[in-house]
Amino acid sequence: MFSIRYPVLGGAYFLAGRAAADVKQRLGDRGLPGEMVRRVVIAAYEAEMNICIHAVSGEIEVVVEGVQVQLHAEDRGPGIADIEQALAPGFSTADAKARALGFGAGMGFANMQRCADTFAVCGGAADGTRVTMSFIPRPQEIMAGGST
Amino acid sequence: MKLTDLVSALSLETHAGEGNLARPVTGGIVSDLLSYVMGNARAGDLWVTIQVHPNIVGVADLLDLSAVVVAGGQEPESATVAKAREHGLALLTTEMSAFTLVGKLHELGVG
Repeated sequence: MFSIRYPVLGGAYFLAGRAAADVKQRLGDRGLPGEMVRRVVIAAYEAEMNICIHAVSGEIEVVVEGVQVQLHAEDRGPGIADIEQALAPGFSTADAKARALGFGAGMGFANMQRCADTFAVCGGAADGTRVTMSFIPRPQEIMAGGST
Repeated sequence: MKLTDLVSALSLETHAGEGNLARPVTGGIVSDLLSYVMGNARAGDLWVTIQVHPNIVGVADLLDLSAVVVAGGQEPESATVAKAREHGLALLTTEMSAFTLVGKLHELGVG
């Protein structure tokens, strides 16, 4: 088993994406199927950006067990008042700065759900937001083989 | 179609990634929403945008895009150019609007 945690700082757009870039490198090095790595990386990036855009700070944890990957994102922030609304594509509470940079389009959770094989979000309004995702190689990814 | 062919056919200005212009361009995507690109781009795509901040390099690198073209005469921030150089990503610019550029790319067979 292998796991690694990345701290993510709210509002630090210049740092955002570093965790996802490191995840890409490490999972590629471990020989996981390239298309599966791509799904994990997209989901990790979206989780990282959500913390950057909405929270004060947070953490991304990646756990690799054999060919299975789990991704946990946890933050200290405002939480999510209405999860159903937050998951609706196009809905976002991002501020004007985030939107001007091309973030906050309300597509982050949709991308995560599409990429992950299991997805859960819990966002009690008082204690931040927690997202848990898991990934297993899909048959066509195993056929396609190694990292891109 | 290789990047270098597009750079010369459309007089694109190269700000970074000069060493990677032999890379084939296998498709294209145009958007200023980073999550749209994250969700829809394929490896090898050329990305047309008017965003100029360093996160465009991060996204392009994560997705193995062939290049980013900043359209509409927008100047990439110096941090964006530096990050593109660091990653060897082809960062190109043009005075053409995104609309005009994409039309020309399509005429040249990208897509």
